Amino acid sequence: MTATPAIEGWFTTGDQPALIGERCTTCATSYFPPTAAAAGFCRNPRCEGTEFEQVELSRRGTVWSYTDTRYQPPPPYSAPEPFAPFGLAAVELPEGIVVLGQVAAGYGPDDLRVGMHVELVVEPEHTGEALIWRWKPLAEGSAA
Amino acid sequence: MSVQPVIVAGVGMHPWGKWGRSFVQYGIHAAREALQDAGVPWTDVDLVVGGETVRNGYAGYVAGSTFAQALGWNGARIATSYAACATGAQALDTARARILAGMSEVAVVVGADTTPKGFLAPNAGERWDDPDWLRFRLLGMTNPAYFAMYARRRMDLYGATSEDFAQVKVKNAKHGLANPNARYRKEVSVDDVLGSAVVSDPLHLLDICATSDGAAAVVLVSEAYAAKAGLTDPVRIAGIATVTPTFPNTVLDMPMLATDASGGVDPERTFKESIGDAVYAEAGIEPGDVDVAEVYDLSTALELDWMEDLGLCKRGEAEALLRAGDTTIGGRIPVNPSGGLACFGEAVPAQALAQVCELTWQLRGRARGRQVEGARVGITANQGLFGHGSSVLLTR
Repeated sequence: MTATPAIEGWFTTGDQPALIGERCTTCATSYFPPTAAAAGFCRNPRCEGTEFEQVELSRRGTVWSYTDTRYQPPPPYSAPEPFAPFGLAAVELPEGIVVLGQVAAGYGPDDLRVGMHVELVVEPEHTGEALIWRWKPLAEGSAA
Repeated sequence: MSVQPVIVAGVGMHPWGKWGRSFVQYGIHAAREALQDAGVPWTDVDLVVGGETVRNGYAGYVAGSTFAQALGWNGARIATSYAACATGAQALDTARARILAGMSEVAVVVGADTTPKGFLAPNAGERWDDPDWLRFRLLGMTNPAYFAMYARRRMDLYGATSEDFAQVKVKNAKHGLANPNARYRKEVSVDDVLGSAVVSDPLHLLDICATSDGAAAVVLVSEAYAAKAGLTDPVRIAGIATVTPTFPNTVLDMPMLATDASGGVDPERTFKESIGDAVYAEAGIEPGDVDVAEVYDLSTALELDWMEDLGLCKRGEAEALLRAGDTTIGGRIPVNPSGGLACFGEAVPAQALAQVCELTWQLRGRARGRQVEGARVGITANQGLFGHGSSVLLTR
């Protein structure tokens, strides 16, 4: 069985996974999550655009901030038994969008700093088979 | 744009806690206390604005009507506001607008809630187009995790420490000791905070506010009614900001999974800075004129953010003020003399009104055991989900 994304159309899987954004063909503003096309117009109030193209967002970015979750979040988060804490990071992409994500398995706040470089990976959710995007720290000195 | 003031004739609260009663009982307790404080008969009230509670069924969705009926139908007009943490300020703004339009003379604004223990959770069901549901479903991203990210930025960018955050709690716990409406009235030490469990690194349990039951009410009247009623030297509302973000909103905001794209240039000011700017502009008052502030310490670190967002100090300097004792009662610019959310816990639709109650008492010189001496100008600030935020400026 091939694992499927936890949410349809938000990210690609495979060796070089990427978040899927939408770019306004009029003002070139990128959006994530990709919900602008369905709404039918560009949210930039100075733009009249109504057409979007799907784009893969940059796979690397810099940490805007980070934390972890030591207490089990309420549903609809699906927690493993027993619950295991996990890291969370907000990452600024070169497109200027800050995107939240869990931190890759095996990494936590001690491995992160504001401004450090991270890369998008795709891993199974904490329960079940479905895949979710995560942020993985890059070795010091790696370029964004 | 300078806006005419309206008069705060009376304020009242139901103490915060876990009392096991209905939000209606809390609300009318606060409303009757506020009316009594104002010396205004209920039959004079021509407008009731309720802060909606989303946790108490239909009666909570139509809170304005619920309170009006519970106080005894008197034919008053009603309105109900919901704006997450800014609910009370938006309700107040609605009342102010009708008064300034000459459509109301006496308004009662009431917010009350009962709140379950633990993390605030999204609505049930499969809600794939609701960001508040998605952040839990996809990421397990709780409110404290957002607070922790803001706190961590202070540490990595400005050198804040866990001890600094703990000192905010120590200060607010001390401030709230004599406040009869506060839920927690106990001194807390830095060691207590640092010894409590980490919820989301770097925030400990005692860095994060609890959820509470509580109610607050404000009686607003027109200048004309105040003169007729012989109210002398009253507290005035000089400004209320309920502005929304401007595009692009580049600071990560609850409950969103991402920001707008900056387009390579950061906006002139952040959303939270724009809340303060808007209220100062309405009131024609400068940050340097402020004597006392009640800000939304959902976490200890957020109090420090707010001091900067409101222009009470420069970006990155809040810890220095805290360490110098400037934000303690008796200091240069006391912050959260009520004890803040640290001593109250959050009762969402009541909280912004509770801030106004506290500043009214402060500006009247009647905040017993926690008085900021000579306070004449006070500011509140809060922010909630989905681009809601508010600030109220009071003067005397």
